[in-house]
Amino acid sequence: MKDTPLHIDALNVAYHRKLVLWDVGVTIKAGRTTAIVGPNGAGKSTLLKAALGLIPSASGKILFFGGTLRKSRSRVAYVPQRESVDWDFPVNARDVVAMGLYRRIGWCLPVRSIHRRMADEALADVGMADFALRQISQLSGGQQQRVFLARALAQKADLYLMDEPFASVDAATEQAILAVLERIKASGGTVVCVHHDLETVAGYFDDAILLNMRVVAQGPVGDVMTPENLRKTYGARLSFLDEVATDPARATPAAG
Amino acid sequence: MDYPTLETFLRIFSLQDHNTRIVLAGACAFGIAAGLIGAFLLLRKRSLLGDTLGHATLPGVAIGFLVAYAAGHDPRSFFPLALGATLSAVAGIGALALVRRFSRIKDDAALAIVLSVFFGFGIALLSAIQQLPGGFASGLEHLIYGSAATMTSADATFVIASSLGISLFCIALFKEFSLLCFDEAFARSSGWPATVLDILLMSLVVWATVAGIQTVGILLVVALLVIPPASARFWCDGMGPMAAVSAVSGGLSCLLGVFLSALFPKWPTGALIVLSAGSIFAASLVFGPTRGILIRSIRTRRAEKNLRREHLLRAVFECAELTEGSVPLADLLAKRPWTRQQMLAEIARLADRGLLTCPPGNDSVQFTATGLSEARRLVRNHRLWELYLIRHADVAPAHVDREADRIEHVLDRRIVEELEDILDQRSHERLVPSDPEKSQA
Repeated sequence: MKDTPLHIDALNVAYHRKLVLWDVGVTIKAGRTTAIVGPNGAGKSTLLKAALGLIPSASGKILFFGGTLRKSRSRVAYVPQRESVDWDFPVNARDVVAMGLYRRIGWCLPVRSIHRRMADEALADVGMADFALRQISQLSGGQQQRVFLARALAQKADLYLMDEPFASVDAATEQAILAVLERIKASGGTVVCVHHDLETVAGYFDDAILLNMRVVAQGPVGDVMTPENLRKTYGARLSFLDEVATDPARATPAAG
Repeated sequence: MDYPTLETFLRIFSLQDHNTRIVLAGACAFGIAAGLIGAFLLLRKRSLLGDTLGHATLPGVAIGFLVAYAAGHDPRSFFPLALGATLSAVAGIGALALVRRFSRIKDDAALAIVLSVFFGFGIALLSAIQQLPGGFASGLEHLIYGSAATMTSADATFVIASSLGISLFCIALFKEFSLLCFDEAFARSSGWPATVLDILLMSLVVWATVAGIQTVGILLVVALLVIPPASARFWCDGMGPMAAVSAVSGGLSCLLGVFLSALFPKWPTGALIVLSAGSIFAASLVFGPTRGILIRSIRTRRAEKNLRREHLLRAVFECAELTEGSVPLADLLAKRPWTRQQMLAEIARLADRGLLTCPPGNDSVQFTATGLSEARRLVRNHRLWELYLIRHADVAPAHVDREADRIEHVLDRRIVEELEDILDQRSHERLVPSDPEKSQA
């Protein structure tokens, strides 16, 4: 259990009484990259946010490295969706990356030159060394995404939870992110990405979780990405609910 | 109106009046503190909250007055009023949180509801106070519109101490507040107690509001929380500089306002302070060096000029590819939709910069060595982009400044090499300019 970076059991999340995640059980394997795949509104981002305690969950158990998130906080890094912040904020790329070091710096102490150097190294890791001093509103969408990635890398975590890092980025950014995923894996780290592009799942990731309110399937991409599973995940919502309603045996997640 | 005599002028500016000194110190300290905390308020997109809090202090002020009156103290002393204002503002925040939590009313409406209900309640209490014997009402009206001029040294001490406290908190928690304002979800995920930080930030805003009542009044206190940071944004692109400029601008607004009201005692200080802040904002809007209207129009014009220069250099280069050497003016005119006059003016400009030479009497132009290498760089960049857009841009790179960014900075090295290969294969069709930096190396 201690070696499992993230284990989620029977997680239920509701927004305003409407259930978004329904008895979700997920086990993320160490040293691998996992994609969370599913249609819009399937609760992919919600799963990450609920795991991190950013939104309240109605019930369920969430274990990071076999314990609470509080105990493993420094081992977990989060890459939010790029659209979640205002890129007109008065900071440059290096300032944003340094935010990943704030916990290490601690309360009330300033960012010193050693931290700036660490931030620059993280920027270099995503191919953005030349942009350290550029105002973030002057970066392209892909470059902004890489800055977010660098901020997580600066945290030097063991588990990275990324929300749609590949969403509408340019080719260079896509390559840079893939290289980073490889590097994290090579050093024994674990990555979980919310991913929207079905075509690239098999090429980019080791494991996949098919999610639509509940987990349809999870495991190595080769086993999971079958037409049958995809139809269950992406098929019309109504028929999906019908199936669950008429076949109580299937109401529990398919895999565990 | 009465214009001040030279004598008054000198007396005020040499700070001979004890009263002017006190008011000035108190008001400036407040302006600086409000500018600092206001920077965070603005970046957290909560500026309207400052307005709501200001209005929400009124019932507390009135209740503080009534309690002090009932207890037999001087009801106009500042401290019961400040205490009442604080509690009232906190109640305002509480009411706001309740409306947000138990309804789906949007933030702006929730703020407006709390603002108007609290202020209405305050006005009702004020009319009750007006009926008390003793004629206290005028004293309270001062608090609504501000009356820095009547600041006593005890008041000033409170304002200065508060401002110092607020500023120290802002400086100590600078990095924490910045993170909270930029990306709350990330702050939480990396273990910062975002809720605690948020409450702390709001408490500082309440503190600033209460401290500012005496200086600018309940109605206008929001001005000093919002206008200085908004002005500062036109002057700098960094969080630290912005907070500093905001603090200076807040202090300066108060300084100007107090001097003006000392010169024209009939005008209310609060209003003059806010008008000063507004003037600084207007000046920043026009002259601000990072986002001012002036600099933006200059930048646009410069970009257009660069584009014209680039167009001409590329036109000359492409003609020279065919003719080798000097390019007749007629060829260039055929390539660009410019009049002969525009073309000549542009050529003269490039000649001045040492990029082109025009042999006298002869209607043709020629590259200098620098001109040729510059043109090569431009054409290469342009053609690589062209090729990229044709072959790879399933996702068009947004915001790419194609002139400023060398293609290698934006695209993956591998893709650039691939594109270069394609260009090389096509080099028999037209000359492919090599990377001037590479050929030098």
